[in-house]
Amino acid sequence: MSPAAPDVAPVFAALGDETRLRLVTRLSAEGPLSIARLTAGGAITRQAVTKHLRVLADAGLARSSQLGRERIWELEPRPLLTARECLDQVSAQWDEALGRLRRLVED
Amino acid sequence: MSITSTDRIEKHVLIRAPRARVWRALADAGEFGSWFGVEMAGPFTPGARVTGRITHEGYEHLPFEITIERVEPERLFSWRWHPNAVESGVDYEAEPTTLVVFELEDADGGTMLTVVESGFDGIPLSRRAAAYRGNDDGWAQQVVAIERHVTGGA
Repeated sequence: MSPAAPDVAPVFAALGDETRLRLVTRLSAEGPLSIARLTAGGAITRQAVTKHLRVLADAGLARSSQLGRERIWELEPRPLLTARECLDQVSAQWDEALGRLRRLVED
Repeated sequence: MSITSTDRIEKHVLIRAPRARVWRALADAGEFGSWFGVEMAGPFTPGARVTGRITHEGYEHLPFEITIERVEPERLFSWRWHPNAVESGVDYEAEPTTLVVFELEDADGGTMLTVVESGFDGIPLSRRAAAYRGNDDGWAQQVVAIERHVTGGA
């Protein structure tokens, strides 16, 4: 147990949305980005992007800072790492248990 | 693409045994415990709270508790619990549970067992991070893995 693991439930919920997942993917691939860059070329409005980024921020997945007249958004990796490792762990436990079940009944 | 699949884990296993045999391994508390790694007293009846003790090495001090939901012989068995409740001294009672559903179907050469555990969205991350450790892997690599989970490709 990491003492730094954030006590936040909504990480998975925050990711359960295609637009937010796409924002996470872009911030991951391109690094910190301004709202203008995140909005450019997309069909989604600045207001909508901002709303989705706030959801990510509330879940501890992203943070923003003011740079001149621009607000720059970047990812906060730790909650994602934690979430992923937890699912991986539960998944592996099921694989092991179901392997034991199969050996039990196939004998 | 299922965008809610971070909430659940789904497993499919083809078991080379008849449905009745697989059912017994699920519904009989003794048999269930032998592969799941717990010692407990049944029977499994809807609404029952079944308690026991984990028998995995290193986890023997931990209590085990499930609440049975549905028991439909040779077809469906489900219960709720607190996943990864591995910290002693922590009261998990107030936290949301996950639902575990086993479903059996006849398949070529045996029985298809589907296991779905769902409800992870509601579990505080710090509780689920039992094995959390620092990780210096590249961030991009982590997102690829997360995406696989989200798109159900894991």
